[in-house]
Amino acid sequence: MRLFFALLMMALSLSPVFAVEPGEVLDDPVLEARAREISKGLRCVVCQNQSIDDSNADLARDMRVLVRERLVAGDSNVEVTNYMVSSYGDFVLLKPPLKKSTYVLWFGPLLIVGLGILTLFIFYRRRRKLVAAPPEGLSDEERQRLDALLKDEE
Amino acid sequence: MKRFMYLLPLGIFLVIAGYFAVGLTLNPRDMPSTLIDQKVPAFDLKPIKGSTRGLSSEDLKGQVTLVNIFGSWCVACLTEHPFLMEIQAQGLVPIYGIDWREKNPDDGPKWLARRGDPYTLIGDDPESKAAIALGVTGAPETFFVDKHGVIRYKHVGPITPGIWKRSLWPLVQELRKQ
Repeated sequence: MRLFFALLMMALSLSPVFAVEPGEVLDDPVLEARAREISKGLRCVVCQNQSIDDSNADLARDMRVLVRERLVAGDSNVEVTNYMVSSYGDFVLLKPPLKKSTYVLWFGPLLIVGLGILTLFIFYRRRRKLVAAPPEGLSDEERQRLDALLKDEE
Repeated sequence: MKRFMYLLPLGIFLVIAGYFAVGLTLNPRDMPSTLIDQKVPAFDLKPIKGSTRGLSSEDLKGQVTLVNIFGSWCVACLTEHPFLMEIQAQGLVPIYGIDWREKNPDDGPKWLARRGDPYTLIGDDPESKAAIALGVTGAPETFFVDKHGVIRYKHVGPITPGIWKRSLWPLVQELRKQ
């Protein structure tokens, strides 16, 4: 009996995880594929870090159904996404769009890497200069001090 | 300059700590509504069971109104409900209701029959049609709509007497003047 349950649990964990319920799936496989693609890019606003395609939340389900309804009504993928953005804002997009207010987000990391490379470059150039020009021998003054110190020690 | 370099890690730490201090205390559910200063999106909801009139976006014109998203399943709506009754009893401002995602069409009417109905009109929204159009993420949410049918403010969470007195009631009066 135990073994049976263990195997059952394993079988369950192996099956792919879909939140999409059988009743929601469209008959037209092309439209359904488009619906899946759109759903994967839309954030579930309840659970926030899942797409509506992954989420079991009630609102996510209603959003999936709405996506499908609009596709059936003849909307393009962009039109469906734009409809969701018009009510929830860019927040509903899992991938933030590239625009003026998100430049820092998209290019900030590049800028920081650039600064890092520049810092390294300057650091190594300075060090090479130091290595290239080895210090000159001791000056007379230094030699006298060194002698004095050595004598002290004796 | 070099003398103070040893303070640099401390400085970096303070900056990061500052960001965390602010960032970790923000509420991730507080999302700016894109619909502020936009016309109420068009919707037309059927009446709830036992009622004859539903709610459409056309009803929200001509006067300042509140549109409250609620559901019998929603615990926070229960805390808010007695105060909505008070607003209605005092005739402060008409409240329109959207009964959101009832699993059973009887649930909403039963809930209202038991606790009282503060709403002028109620629309039934079992499939989140109006809720999604309004960018609702949870209940309760309350929209403040001016006389031109433009959304001017969205309050997320229950309306408490304190918040009402401090900011929401002054807002209603301000909107009436315009």
